[in-house]
This record gives sequence, C-alpha cells and structure tokens, in this order.
Amino acid sequence: MNLVWWLYLSVLLFTIGGITVLVRRNAIIVFMGVELMLNATNLAFVTFARINGDVEGQVIALFVMLVAAAEVVVGLAIIMSIFRTRRSASVDDASLLQY
Amino acid sequence: MTAAATALVAATTETGQASLGGNGEEVLFWVIAPLAVIAALGLVFARKAVHAALCMAWVMISLGIVYFAQQAPFLGAVQVFVYTGAVMMLFLFVLMLVGVDSSDSLVETIKGQRWFALVFGVGLAALVIAVIRGVTYPKAVGLKDVDTGGNITRLAGLIFGKYVWAFEVTSALLVTAALGAMILAHRERLTPKPTQRELSIRRIREGAIKAPLPAPGVFARHNAVDTPALLPDGSPSELSVSRVLVARGQRRDLRSVADDVAVIEAELTDPLGDEGPRTARAGSPGAVPADTTQRPDAGAAPEGTPTGKGAGT
Repeated sequence: MNLVWWLYLSVLLFTIGGITVLVRRNAIIVFMGVELMLNATNLAFVTFARINGDVEGQVIALFVMLVAAAEVVVGLAIIMSIFRTRRSASVDDASLLQY
Repeated sequence: MTAAATALVAATTETGQASLGGNGEEVLFWVIAPLAVIAALGLVFARKAVHAALCMAWVMISLGIVYFAQQAPFLGAVQVFVYTGAVMMLFLFVLMLVGVDSSDSLVETIKGQRWFALVFGVGLAALVIAVIRGVTYPKAVGLKDVDTGGNITRLAGLIFGKYVWAFEVTSALLVTAALGAMILAHRERLTPKPTQRELSIRRIREGAIKAPLPAPGVFARHNAVDTPALLPDGSPSELSVSRVLVARGQRRDLRSVADDVAVIEAELTDPLGDEGPRTARAGSPGAVPADTTQRPDAGAAPEGTPTGKGAGT
C-alpha cells in the first residue's frame, strides 16, 4: 500500500476541521475543529516518520499532543468564563472588541 | 510493554519497499478512513454539540488505531489515553456545564459564509492534495531498522536526549496552563459565605414552614395525592400537593375542595343527610368517569341518594 494515502486522509481531516472552525457557531464545536486539525497534522507527522524511517516525526507528534492538551485546558476555561458572563457559548456573542 | 510493542511493530512492518505495509494495512485504510471522514463530517453537520463530541471521539480512536498500524504504538496508546480519555472527557464536562442544549443558531451573521467556507475547504484540500501528488517521495523506509530496541525505547532516547530541553519547557507550559485555567475558572466571592447558624436564623425570621409539609388528603373527603389537605380551619392547603402534580395540572381544583367543605359542614349540622346541599348537588349532571379530577361530585356521588341521581334533570 502506498503510504501517501494516509497523507490524503490527513488532508481531508484537516480540511474538515478547518470548515468546522469557519462554519460552526458554538465555541466548543469550533474548538473541537481545532483539535481535529491538530490530529490531522499528527497523522501526517506519523506517516512522514514512517516514510523517512525516522522516529523524530513521532516525537514531534507527541509534543503536538502535549501542547494541544495545554491549549484545551486554557481554551475551555476561557469558554467557561465567557459563558459565565454572557450566558452564551456562541462565538458571535463575544463581540465587545468590535465596536 | 516493550515486548508487546516490538511484536506489534514486527507485525505491521515489512521490509523497506516503496509501498510499506501489506494488504492488511490497505484493508485497514479503506475501513478506517471512510469511517473517520464520516465522523469528522459529523462534526460539521451535527446539530447537537454532544453528537459532535462523540463524532470527535470516534475520529480520535480511529486515529489511534491508525497510529498502531503506522508503527507508532506508543503514540497510538497516548492518543487513546490523552485525547479520547482526557481531552474529550474534558470537552464533554464543559458541554454539560455550559448546557447541552446550547445548539447552534442557523442564522448566518456574514452573508454566504457557509459557501465561502465550503469553497475554501475544497480549495485547500485540492491544493494540498495536488502538492502531495506532485512530490516524488523517496522509497518508504519504515521504522524497522530504527526501532530495533522497540519504539518506546527509541522515542525515550530522543525525548530525553536530543529533545530534553523541549521536554522540560513543555512541563513549564503544562504547569502554566493549569495555573491559567484555575485563575480563569476561579470566581471571587462577593459576600462571605453564610454559616449554618446564620442560615437557620434566617429561616426562622422568614417565617417559612419549619415542620414537614402537610400530607395530601388529610382531613379531606378523599385521600388521593391530588387532593389538598384541609387545614383545621377547613381551608385547603396549597403546600400539601406535590409540585409535580400542580405543574402537570393534575391537582384537584381548590374550589371543588371548598365544595366538599360545605358538604362536610352540612353533614355535621344535619347528620341524617336527608336534606341540604346534597339535594342541590343531585340536580347536577351525573358523574362522568373520565373527568373525575375536575368533578368532585364523582367521588361523592355514590354516597348521595341514587334515586335522586337517576331522576336528576
């Protein structure tokens, strides 16, 4: 099997994640779209590690996971505090800086 | 663990051909990839946030399986543990806190945004796929020669050797993130927390009922739960009927209970019961079994004079 197929899968998942970020209004789902994009890049890293015969791609993927975990913690805390002040998890409602 | 990992690596590895992996991997790809893409599309199209989260968990688990097949058993395990186990559960917790029903509004704030997003997505995918297609890759090497000591040993050698500084910085990042999340989620108390003593004093001051609430049907003509209790002075007590029944509209009407009070009083003054309000009630239409809750006569009817009922109206 040609390993490039995994790269195509990674591209598809990344694109779907990007569309999720652009289309959805719920902040949590937008965040999940970001997570999907990170996962897709991880898949690309792992595949490239295998193509090139070097584990460094896997190490980078591991670091991506670590940073993503930290990002999820902070991001969800931000979403929570925004929800607490405006009773809404919609990204459209956090628009105070617009005016 | 290492032995198992090596076995797995050995199972999924073939010699360094241009196309690694056997037919098994191809089958895995054509099973996993469509499922993962469909689940990812669920993220875009699911109306409920919980469904989107479950779709996301599915994508993550399938990616973990892919990592196992891609000679990255450690990453596969971490993917399942950290992403599906921790991150997605965190998402679900926040979903429960924020409100499960906080579904998306379908109003487009920017006109035509969805179409632009779709065009952008298709364009991005086409671009990157074209780039990937255009590149000539070296022969896929595979990790068989690298992972001689096992995948985890090799990864550990890199993480604690070459990338040890990045690893240390990551720990600082994680501590900072945890601290930041605590500060963001922290809510300052504006008033001191009332003690139990203060709470009890306030409860007495407000004059609410301290004893248990009256049971329904006490001293009333019926002992069903939908009948308000009659207080010693004959007035029905609102508190005695369950709030659920009140919300459902299944409570016996207070007015009908008041009628019962009149009947009871008449019976007390006229124990023989040949005259009085009963004759007046006998003139009313006969009891219909369906609406017993509305018509208090239904319960009292058999006690009335049957002949008067039949000849009524």
